[in-house]
Amino acid sequence: MIEVRFHGRGGQGAVTAANILASSAFKEGKYVQAFPFFGVERRGAPVTAFTRIDERPIRIKTQIYEPDIVVVLDPSLLDTVDVTAGLKDGGTVIVNTEKSKEEILSKLKKKPAKLALVDATTIALEVLGLPITNTSILGAVAKATGLVKLESVQDAIKEVFSGSLGEKNARAAEEAYNKTQVYEL
Amino acid sequence: MSGYEPIRKVISGNYAAAYAARDARVQVVAAYPITPQTSIIEKIAEFIANGEADIQYVPVESEHSAMAACIGASATGARAFTATSAQGLALMHEMLHWASGARLPIVMVDVNRAMAPPWSVWDDQTDSLAQRDTGWMQFYAENNQEVYDGVLMAFKVAEQVNLPAMVVESAFILSHTYDVVEMIPQKLVDEFLPPREPLYDLADFSRPFSVGALGTPDDYYEFRYKIARAMEDAVKVIRDVGKEFGERFGRDYGSMIELYRTEDADFVFLGLGSLMGTVKQAVDVLREEGYRVGAAKVRWFRPFPKRELYELAKTVDGIAVLDRNYSFGMEGILFTETKAALYGTDAHPLVRNYIVGLGGRDFTVKDIRNVASDMMKAMEGGETSEEILWYHLKRG
Repeated sequence: MIEVRFHGRGGQGAVTAANILASSAFKEGKYVQAFPFFGVERRGAPVTAFTRIDERPIRIKTQIYEPDIVVVLDPSLLDTVDVTAGLKDGGTVIVNTEKSKEEILSKLKKKPAKLALVDATTIALEVLGLPITNTSILGAVAKATGLVKLESVQDAIKEVFSGSLGEKNARAAEEAYNKTQVYEL
Repeated sequence: MSGYEPIRKVISGNYAAAYAARDARVQVVAAYPITPQTSIIEKIAEFIANGEADIQYVPVESEHSAMAACIGASATGARAFTATSAQGLALMHEMLHWASGARLPIVMVDVNRAMAPPWSVWDDQTDSLAQRDTGWMQFYAENNQEVYDGVLMAFKVAEQVNLPAMVVESAFILSHTYDVVEMIPQKLVDEFLPPREPLYDLADFSRPFSVGALGTPDDYYEFRYKIARAMEDAVKVIRDVGKEFGERFGRDYGSMIELYRTEDADFVFLGLGSLMGTVKQAVDVLREEGYRVGAAKVRWFRPFPKRELYELAKTVDGIAVLDRNYSFGMEGILFTETKAALYGTDAHPLVRNYIVGLGGRDFTVKDIRNVASDMMKAMEGGETSEEILWYHLKRG
């Protein structure tokens, strides 16, 4: 089973990102589960969401404490939240940032085995005209982890956002996929 | 029926409830919003707005009125549905008695949520279990699939025994968690659940009668007896409907307690609802570590599966009852029921009570391992006293 934890801020779409990732894997024949941290969310406050992906039906109903993959939608969270808490050895961290690998690593309490960086905010502003990074960051997840294909992510996005909005978000994911820098550490 | 093509979707427990209500072709929905239930009735409103469902939606000013409207609708012969949580369910309490007393097969989804104060929107079974004596049947879902299946079966059972039924799911853990659900094509649902055949027709003026009339001391007693009998008879109906569901759709609900790896088990975990999914996962882990342990999930809490519990209790040395609920002044509610069902029988396992996960506190595989180790200690020590363990309590 692969466990993914998303860190964002209320309004950035972390919960939707977790759901779209689950739907993408479901399209590839996997069993999935996606859920928000069971909290009281407010716009701007730190938000956590989770996705589980497995070959078998998923029975476990608890929150995720030891993720394989951590996805950070808002770089400012690195200063306030221990995003690598519980990260498994060999784990992957994916960050939306314009900063360098060294700068990001200096902010992580635990060094991941793989680090992926993408400036999803700029991509979202260019493609969508809004700083909502959830669909862009999923392109980076596809690139960095190979967990799901970009096409599955785009299909899942278009199911959530219809019409031209879906097309734009799918394009944002593709842009991010192409621009993601992946570092094996 | 086998080899049918299910409609597989990744949806939340609340959406599973809404889709099931749609597929059951409910005719009247009356509801009032409350977290974490609200997305059920929002989805139903969306079905109506999109023309996907022909449902009369009655917006009301409270849950008490929601149930009153369902009672009115059901009394006219309609298939009626509602959903609520916690304080909303408590506000319905008076009307719950009316629904069962008038023998109306209303189905309601209760999203288990902790009772306030302090305010909490998280999972806790006390809201639904506190309605134990209202004459409603209660089905507890482990996952989103069981929410969907449960609503369909609940209507079929309710309309056969003429008692209302509650399908219970967990706040957030199911209600807002997206999971794979296999839905059933409408034609096959229709074959399983044909239109309701009401006992009487209110519009038949050649047979006038009263609903909810005065029951004098000369009559009331017999009315209660008939409800008691109907609830007893529901045991067979539930098992038959669950078996039929399995034959048609491949998921068998023919037993009121689902057993998981209980054969050769020294002890079993007994519990309700979503926490039993995690328990099954933990049982696999514990089995690998050498524990002979199993899980028994109580699907139907009312009517209570006394016979099945007895059959299980005869085969094990211990039962660890996991209660995400509490009856102040006594103990966990499932614990009480378990002991009562076994009293006077020849089954004498050690029964211990673990109070877990109140108000949504996470109950993990690690926690279940700790419970298992405590249970083993108690069994090895030959301990026989009933004990209630407040498992998560922060001490010191």
